[in-house]
Amino acid sequence: MAALNEEQSLLKDQASAWVREQSPVVKFREMRDSGVEQAFAPTIWPTMVEMGWTGILVPEQYGGSDLGYLTFGIVLEELGRQLVASPLFASALVGASGLLLGGSDPQKKQYLPAIVDGSEILTLAVDEGPRHAPARTALQAKKTGGGYALSGAKAFVPEGMAATTFVVSARTSGAAGETAGITLFLVPAKAKGLSRRRLNTFDSRGYANLELANVEVEASAVLGTIDNGFALLDGILDRARAGLSAEMLGTAAQAFDMTLSYLKTRVQFGKVIGSFQALGHRAAMLFTSMELARSCAEGALQALDAKADNAAELCSLSKSKVGDFLHEMSNQLIQIHGGIGMTDEFDAGFYLKRARALEALYGNQAFHRDRYARLLGF
Amino acid sequence: MSESDPLSEFRTDVRTWLNENFPPSLKNKSLGIEGGAEGLGPDLEVWRERLARRGWGAPTWPKEYGGAGLGPHEARVIGDEMGRVGAFNPIPMLAGMGVTMVGPTVLEYGTEDQKRRHLPGIASGAVRWCLGLSEPNAGSDLASLTTKAEDKGDHFVINGQKTWTSGADISHWCGALARTDPKLAKHDGISFVLLPMDQPGVRTRPIKLIAGASPFCETYFDNAIAEKGNLLGKLNDGWNVVKRLLQHERQSQTGGRGPGGERPAKLEDLAKQYVGTNDDGTLADADLRTRLVSHLMDARAHNLTISRITAEAKGKVSVSAAASILKNSATHVAQTRSELTLELMGAQGLAWEGNEFTRQELTTVREWLFGKAMSIYGGSFEVQNNIISKNILGLPETTQKG
Repeated sequence: MAALNEEQSLLKDQASAWVREQSPVVKFREMRDSGVEQAFAPTIWPTMVEMGWTGILVPEQYGGSDLGYLTFGIVLEELGRQLVASPLFASALVGASGLLLGGSDPQKKQYLPAIVDGSEILTLAVDEGPRHAPARTALQAKKTGGGYALSGAKAFVPEGMAATTFVVSARTSGAAGETAGITLFLVPAKAKGLSRRRLNTFDSRGYANLELANVEVEASAVLGTIDNGFALLDGILDRARAGLSAEMLGTAAQAFDMTLSYLKTRVQFGKVIGSFQALGHRAAMLFTSMELARSCAEGALQALDAKADNAAELCSLSKSKVGDFLHEMSNQLIQIHGGIGMTDEFDAGFYLKRARALEALYGNQAFHRDRYARLLGF
Repeated sequence: MSESDPLSEFRTDVRTWLNENFPPSLKNKSLGIEGGAEGLGPDLEVWRERLARRGWGAPTWPKEYGGAGLGPHEARVIGDEMGRVGAFNPIPMLAGMGVTMVGPTVLEYGTEDQKRRHLPGIASGAVRWCLGLSEPNAGSDLASLTTKAEDKGDHFVINGQKTWTSGADISHWCGALARTDPKLAKHDGISFVLLPMDQPGVRTRPIKLIAGASPFCETYFDNAIAEKGNLLGKLNDGWNVVKRLLQHERQSQTGGRGPGGERPAKLEDLAKQYVGTNDDGTLADADLRTRLVSHLMDARAHNLTISRITAEAKGKVSVSAAASILKNSATHVAQTRSELTLELMGAQGLAWEGNEFTRQELTTVREWLFGKAMSIYGGSFEVQNNIISKNILGLPETTQKG
């Protein structure tokens, strides 16, 4: 764990206690079994707002606490430990980052206080196919008299059913695959011509597919500048990737703790199984990977807070290395628990399923290895 | 990361001093893998002497023992600034195992007399040390060693054979583990003694390795003498002394660079040079590219972990439990780097000797072979995993003790 200041330590303790006492993974199970359409418990959102988590990135003038990305990561790591389902990440990290990086003063005034008080839930609608490919944006934005008309589709939008406003990437010129010609728009979920459909995914979280049929927005809905939206989108995505990595680290760390505790208690052949060297070494290697992954996750968040030139590299490093560890850890969680790990009654399956969903979101390990190599010039 | 530098004044002083004192003829040079000073000329001695006078051979040691009494951050600044101007600190190599292992252990366990007697020679690089730990039948299971030290009143008489004593043939002193009470249990009854190498009872024989000549020796003690005043730590408490010494060893092996002293070229640039690129600038060999980027990420993760652990320790020089993690990670990074470098060089990577090969190709091959030892010495990869599972994770004892 990075050396934390007093504010961060307090927040970590608060988040950790709340997650353990108020929102352990059994709450996630209840939510899954209830089949609630928005895919998070209705009481969770007001509680998070009350605790101030929605304002961690937001400057004080807009009602937030302006504590930065590492601090947000500390909370997300704790949430990841118990698979807490909420729109906190999508709205207060990804959405807020969009406004902080690209928003005009009136846009900030309109959205940031509403993100903080929870009345608005923002989410990013970027991908249009099954694989993360932000430059492949094809959704069309055509200039109209007073604004733009958007037509096209977006796929696998996180918290897509709960969102009140979408940050939509659209093409104002050029062709799918080109980075030039992309523009971001703030589109209200209730806009005429916008429809959404829930996807039933194995991680039981709230994704939606969006259809935009000639959705009209005013020129003031443009986030950032026309045709040059890719750099802004990349910046938002990097913040999202660093935040996701923190959540993934929490999920993996909990899987590690569950596994370690099982190694110390499960008896076979008259001994606790952790006394077998094959398993002791596996645990040692997983622990080593976890320590390395933590350094990447914290390094990326710190680079964002420091506005470092190499932040993009570190965000790809983080998503990839934490992703690799989570992948392996979630498999070992099942393997080392044996038969019990296969049962729905036990929680291991939730961690495995969430792991793969998190790995894929905003670029899997292969995507980020490729991106890292390109950033390094090969 | 990019915050203002509280050490900027110190940094300026270091720069000025380096400008005035580092001999230009040594720029971008270093001692060889085996500590050889071939081709460095008389300036090496001038440079060693200047560094020693300043206490910068072992800058974090107290001034009265030949150090400069500096904190780890200042020491890092000195290292950074030396790197910036292509300078190097030859003292840790000239002192053999002195600066990295013997010295820190003497600082902790030594009597005042031992500190005054041994540390200044190490800090100045004038006295080279080796370590007599492993034996032919005591490698990973070090505590099963059989070299004996018999009490003869004011001295011990030592008999037995040590192996992998790095630099024994050119060292002045040796720190050795020997059994002082055979009746006690395996880990008890061992003591740590310091003895001069230049005496009739000590004989060494160099060991040739797969990489060719090596710094390693076999060392034979045949009625060798160690004064009583050179018992380090308490009698029969040598196992605790050596455990600490080995932690210092792991700490010194956490750098993630190969055994060579040279600043390595960027591996991705070397790959492009040998393998070529596609029209879009990506490496022509897609499979190699993926493995190369994975390796570069591992190396970055390793370096970030060193920074993180340093920051968490708030600048204290602590020999943390993390040393085992870092040693295994450093080994993995360095060995993979060697394998990838060799692979991307293609047939040129078969270089053993001769003008058909570049110096870089020849060095790569030797480092690749020599680097196989990294996961064996200083506690093998498997022994480190035993330490992690038992000491850090609290898992029960496996089949081995120790």
